[in-house]
Amino acid sequence: MGAYIARRLVSTVLVMAIVGLFVFLLLHVAPGDPAAIIAGDNATPANIAAIRQRLGLQDPLAVQFMHWTWRLLHGDLGISIFSDVPVMRLIGQRLEPTVSLTLVTIVYSVLIAVAAGVVSAWRAGGIVDRFTMGVATLGFSVPVFVLGYALIYYFAIRLRWLPVQGYVPIARGVWPWFVHLILPSFALGLAYVALIARITRASMLEVLAEDFMRTARAKGASTGAMLLRHALKNAGVPIVTVIGIGVALLISGVVITETVFNIPGVGRLIVDAISNRDYPIIQGVMIVFSGVYVLINLAVDLVYTVIDPRIRY
Amino acid sequence: MRRASSPMSAAPRNPSNVPAILLQGEPGSLDGRALRSRRGLRRFVRRHPTICLGAGIIAVMIGLALAAPLFAGDALSMDPSRRLQAPSAALWFGTDNLGRDVFARTVFGARVSLLVGFSVAIGAVLGGLIIGLVAGYSRRFDGAVMRVMDGLMAMPSILLAIALVSLTHGGVGVVIVAIVVPEVPRAVRLVRSVVLGAREQPYVEAAVAGGARTGTILVRHILPSTIAPLVVQATYVCANAILTEAGLSFLGAGIPPEIPSWGNMISSSRLFLGIAPWTVFAPGICLTVVVLAVNLLGDGMRDLLDPRLARKF
Repeated sequence: MGAYIARRLVSTVLVMAIVGLFVFLLLHVAPGDPAAIIAGDNATPANIAAIRQRLGLQDPLAVQFMHWTWRLLHGDLGISIFSDVPVMRLIGQRLEPTVSLTLVTIVYSVLIAVAAGVVSAWRAGGIVDRFTMGVATLGFSVPVFVLGYALIYYFAIRLRWLPVQGYVPIARGVWPWFVHLILPSFALGLAYVALIARITRASMLEVLAEDFMRTARAKGASTGAMLLRHALKNAGVPIVTVIGIGVALLISGVVITETVFNIPGVGRLIVDAISNRDYPIIQGVMIVFSGVYVLINLAVDLVYTVIDPRIRY
Repeated sequence: MRRASSPMSAAPRNPSNVPAILLQGEPGSLDGRALRSRRGLRRFVRRHPTICLGAGIIAVMIGLALAAPLFAGDALSMDPSRRLQAPSAALWFGTDNLGRDVFARTVFGARVSLLVGFSVAIGAVLGGLIIGLVAGYSRRFDGAVMRVMDGLMAMPSILLAIALVSLTHGGVGVVIVAIVVPEVPRAVRLVRSVVLGAREQPYVEAAVAGGARTGTILVRHILPSTIAPLVVQATYVCANAILTEAGLSFLGAGIPPEIPSWGNMISSSRLFLGIAPWTVFAPGICLTVVVLAVNLLGDGMRDLLDPRLARKF
């Protein structure tokens, strides 16, 4: 097991190194002079020269990459061109809304999706199954922002049950914080729920057809024990995998959801950086989000060995 | 999306240890003979309602998009005297905040979505096919290629696309490339897994022993096995691409604002959601319907082409 974890760690570092190389190279594979692209259409030659100087673009590529990586390893993601603030500090300031939104979404999505998936498989073809699978198909097809605006229109503008937009820090009260997260996390989570529910159902269907399920029933296990202890536990590996992989959906969704609901998070940071061509911010957010994604999937791989002792690579 | 299980086909068609419950996709019903007669066609529609519904909606949308200049009217001209008018007999979807005809813009917007969806599907599948064939067949490139693909997959696709688009001067072509790049690794993985399986088959060994050139083996003996899974994959890539393009345009990192696209329309109308919801929901509903149609087509084709997976997702 130690060897497996070590190998997994090495491959994680390797993947992150490749991500870093990509993020660095993106600026240089784009056609044209990177400094001129960042400076924008109305830049004077002096502006362009200043940006070139600031980003060290006059150095050879390899030297630039070494400097960039060295600073990255020390937690320095560069300085925003537009606001002159270190990118790391900008991300830090906006971490709370994004983490709140994502965690709330993950918690409720996993609970709802696994429950719906288990019931769907248990009563395959029944009303819960049809409803869940219908919602799942729809969940893959409704864009986050269309769902978001539909929710805002009905629940906030028409019914006035919930706030239209915005974010309240948890320090200013748990209830206002939660109320502001209900609509965004629902919009963000639908596709994630759809993904997990489908996989849970499929994996459970496979396990429910196994011989040991008949044995469990024959020895008199209750329905609850049968579904949860015998079936769900054995169906767990694909479910946990997809909970990890699905985080990619959430990261893409968070960028859009924060724009729809006007939440000042990391996603908004990168969206605001698009119009300013603030490349250090775009690079920094990419590195942070990719890093989170890779680490979550590393954690998932390590969880496997706990829930399924058969896995010993 | 549940299909009635057919007891006649389920029992004798369980050649391996695949649970019977996974074998409900009515395998073998796509023979050309069945399609030739009208009765066969009706049977096909009855057995594969999702394929027919999805393909039907897509065909209608393609027809409308191609014929847009003939009937849709003027999508670009502004008329301040008729700002934010509600839908009426003359203006089916009303007007937006600049007095532009929302119906005309929605119809023209379909052109962008479908163009991007199909181009990305073709591009990602071709890229995945070429790289996947090489990686799967040659042990020399496999490790390096797959590490690069892992790195690409670790980056959230919308962020990669944002970075690529914001570094260039936008345009439909750039958006297509920016969505193709993150989609290629998934296609590569799919093709590679098929190639790895096919490489060990006796007919490939026979071809090698018979002295066939590597290129011939790849194209004549291995490539055909990849087509069925790739066709299914292509529909999902297409659905995903339409969603990503709309998301990018919504965030201001996609199609230039002067071209009517569904994402642009929602982005420029979102401030008027409360007073003119049709400006947001007309393109939003069209977007959802098109993506739903492509997903239904994909689900149906997966059941048709790979009955073993029929009930899996």
